[in-house]
Amino acid sequence: MWDRNQMAERAAQELQDGWYVNLGIGIPTLVANYIPKGVEVTLQSENGMLGMGPFPFEGEEDPDLINAGKQTITELPQTAFFDSAQSFAMIRGGKIAMAILGAMEVAENGDLANWMIPGKLVKGMGGAMDLVAGVGRVVVVMDHTAKTGESKVLKSCTLPLTGKAVVNRIITNLGVLDVVKGGLRIVECATGVSEADLRAATEATIVA
Amino acid sequence: MKKIYPNAAAALDGLLFDGMLIAAGGFGLCGIPELLIDGIKQAGTRDLTIASNNAGVDGFGLGVLLATRQVKKMISSYVGENAEFMRQYLSGELELEFNPQGTLAERLRAGGAGIPGFYTKTGVGTIIAEGKDVKTFDGQDYILERGIVSDLAIVKAWKADPSGNLVFRKTARNFNPPAATSGKICIAEVEEIVPLGALDPDTIHLPGIYVHRIIQGDHEKRIEQRTTRKREV
Repeated sequence: MWDRNQMAERAAQELQDGWYVNLGIGIPTLVANYIPKGVEVTLQSENGMLGMGPFPFEGEEDPDLINAGKQTITELPQTAFFDSAQSFAMIRGGKIAMAILGAMEVAENGDLANWMIPGKLVKGMGGAMDLVAGVGRVVVVMDHTAKTGESKVLKSCTLPLTGKAVVNRIITNLGVLDVVKGGLRIVECATGVSEADLRAATEATIVA
Repeated sequence: MKKIYPNAAAALDGLLFDGMLIAAGGFGLCGIPELLIDGIKQAGTRDLTIASNNAGVDGFGLGVLLATRQVKKMISSYVGENAEFMRQYLSGELELEFNPQGTLAERLRAGGAGIPGFYTKTGVGTIIAEGKDVKTFDGQDYILERGIVSDLAIVKAWKADPSGNLVFRKTARNFNPPAATSGKICIAEVEEIVPLGALDPDTIHLPGIYVHRIIQGDHEKRIEQRTTRKREV
């Protein structure tokens, strides 16, 4: 079974040289720590920046320089800034090759739910709906099951959707699955996880 | 044509009315029009609808106008960094219209560009699409979103010249340009007003045609999430 960092490390293997990529909040943010050697990717922050750098050194925080999680960050030599309309124009226009996002639920047809639990505090979808609708490829990184043991990889989502049939690949603590015609295809199992374990923890249809 | 005003109260004078729609720039607490928000608080204008990506925090940013109950409705993509916001929302005192972030940005941009509506893939098949026109282009579904024309836009920039040309700084640009263009009237608050000719015309982010009034003042520029790394020894 993979931990948070191992999931991020596995997700980083999805990155290809030259890609522009958007990383969501949570585990996806950790992906930046594992970008493979020789692979150059440019990170987009949807509040208006390409070429996101690491956190600043203490004392060098700039209130005018934050990421989409509102954290202080730094710029790089290739950084460009722009406004929110242009930021989402490049997302909507398909210029961002891939988004790596967290999820509450994902379904076998690629439906994604990651923004709202009815009856609970709703903070909003932020840029998630725009990202899943617009980017070239959507990779979801999430725990395979809820704390109570129920599968989060479902036949159909129970929560309100962020996007319909938008997910391409699912990376969980148990393994990697692709959304294909008819259901999900197992790509690989996490360290120490058998295919039987992975199937048992998955409610969605698994196709050969 | 004199666009420079001495302070927020003077710049807002004659523009505010109860029930108006205000577009505000900013992302989180970054690049928000702090001085104009305070000016609206002082003016006491009520029943405001505010289109802004976020709703500030308790006691700062748009949270100031929530505390005084001047806001009737927010149009935002992400809220809830704000206990008072949640209290008013959950008790039904405050209306909330969630817009996906890019949809909100494009609604403001479109409104300012004379485009009353546009079709987007964002939100297709979700609750955001409910009640909206769906059109199929090249085999894919899109939903109709309306442009926003605001009664007043309040924005924050880094520098202005007396003609209203604006330059923003780093990620503090965010929603400020689209919000500004959406306004029938736009007031910009800046850190520095420089003489005419001091801004390189090639580097102006928002041309002065969109900016009607300008004020200069000190900004707190509060940091919402201070994250740092350790220096390697």
